[in-house]
Amino acid sequence: MTKTGVGIVETKYFTFANQQEGFILESKEKLVSVTLAYETYGALNKEKSNAILILHALSGDAHAAGFHKGEEKPGWWDNMIGPGRAFDTEKYFVICSNVLSGCRGSTGPSSINPKTNKPYALDFPVISIGDMVVAQKTLIDSFGIDKLLTVVGGSMGGMQVLSWLIKYPERIRSAIPIATALRHSPQQIAFDEVGRQAIMADPDWHSGNYYEGNPPDKGLAVARMIGHITYMSDISMTEKFGRQKKNNIQPFKFTADFEVEGYLHYRGDNFVKRFDANSYLYITKAMDNFDASAAKPFHEVLSEKSLKALVIAFKSDWLYPAYQSKEIVKACKYAGLQASYCEVDSTYGHDAFLLETEEETHLISHFLKSILQKRGKT
Amino acid sequence: MKEKEIIKADHKAILDMVEANSSVLDLGCGDGDLLELLTMKKNVRGQGIEIDEQAIYRCVAKGLSVLHGDIDTGLSEYKDKAFDYIILNQSFQQLKHVETVLFDALRVGKKVIVGFPNFAYFRARLRLFFRGRVPVTASLPYTWYETPNLHFLSTLDFLDYCRQKSIKVERKVYLSGQNRIWILQNFFANTGIFLISK
Repeated sequence: MTKTGVGIVETKYFTFANQQEGFILESKEKLVSVTLAYETYGALNKEKSNAILILHALSGDAHAAGFHKGEEKPGWWDNMIGPGRAFDTEKYFVICSNVLSGCRGSTGPSSINPKTNKPYALDFPVISIGDMVVAQKTLIDSFGIDKLLTVVGGSMGGMQVLSWLIKYPERIRSAIPIATALRHSPQQIAFDEVGRQAIMADPDWHSGNYYEGNPPDKGLAVARMIGHITYMSDISMTEKFGRQKKNNIQPFKFTADFEVEGYLHYRGDNFVKRFDANSYLYITKAMDNFDASAAKPFHEVLSEKSLKALVIAFKSDWLYPAYQSKEIVKACKYAGLQASYCEVDSTYGHDAFLLETEEETHLISHFLKSILQKRGKT
Repeated sequence: MKEKEIIKADHKAILDMVEANSSVLDLGCGDGDLLELLTMKKNVRGQGIEIDEQAIYRCVAKGLSVLHGDIDTGLSEYKDKAFDYIILNQSFQQLKHVETVLFDALRVGKKVIVGFPNFAYFRARLRLFFRGRVPVTASLPYTWYETPNLHFLSTLDFLDYCRQKSIKVERKVYLSGQNRIWILQNFFANTGIFLISK
């Protein structure tokens, strides 16, 4: 297994939906001139049959692997993508795009509204997980790819995987939903709502119109802190921080003197440098509104019998508990779909989908091989 | 799998029972050796269920579809006659709720293949009778304190049960190690494999 990744990469941009046609959303509203930021790794083969679409989670972006020039931090799933890795770029053509309503190069509330020449802010229409997927499909079309080898993602990325199964089952050979759910439970919605309220309670938020002044950094940082608590587990926090205190002198009664406090502050402060508060509102709302069995029971969605699924959950994940992944498995069983499911014994909580790469690599690389072989047979 | 590798006798027996190009659900598929064999030799559409996480990784490495879960509760979500065959090989005697699972298997599968160690095997009888010790044999290799087996039955017990419950026994295979047993089966066989249907 080689240790070098994909090297230096660059984000590219794909723009569609002209003035006449536009991009019609599930809400029936229309967006004009939609841009998706995306990156690709590896090469598309002649038959265009080796493409994999990677779908990112709430705070992710198109930069899944490799390094941007001059940067020290690799993409968010770098240890999974590259030569000899789970998504082997010597075999597969890997695509990852930033979601619609994001803030990392794709059209979102911080983008310029062509009607006003100002940022959309809250004039940006409500976006659904399905809208994100329709936009991705347009990008896939632009490559001339008829069928993706697989669509894969964790958390909100997993919701997009499920949405691909609902909307374009004929355009994919397999699906890999990881640490995700058919729909958010009240608990998941509750955490999202606290995050949104933190943003909206920040006086700098100004009903979303902050692009010319100070952004609501405090609110967004608190939202991110709450998020991080839900991504870890009791065990992983104990192992990482214990009740360890930082060494510096206390200038104030309520200084963040525990290690865990410092960590949350650090995470929050870093997040605001790269994320737009309004995007956070739109994306979390899209997740809360998502329901894979809204139109019909999910097992009825799975009518394409040639599809194969690999479902992965993590034992200590209490934000997206394994029972939610088992509901996806249940639907596969009822529909008669060939599926694999593994509940990985991890203590990392929800973060495990980004950290347990050894197990994921084993499961995914063999799964992809079996999809390729099956293709050879038929 | 290497072509020359010796196929275990119970796997060979099951291989002979399964028709080509059929669909198979292997309950308690372990490392997936049987399912892999069926896929390669009979081109079955296979699905396994297995409770051990490490075994899941080995199954996936073989290119098999396997679900991590408990077979005691794993069948209820399948439609009637969803599979041509349901296999309960060596997992049968380990089930908590044998009857529930067996009848669910007969609902979900057109046919069911059951394989289990024969408690009335002569070596087991000798050990119990002469030595006064609970049998430890080739097919019942565990000591009393570490056995995963919950039910101890003989091949005759199983056939009695099928008669009582009007379960049709279509084929019977008796084995001792790699050999088929043709006479006094409940005495000489340490493993019984049965193809049954409702």
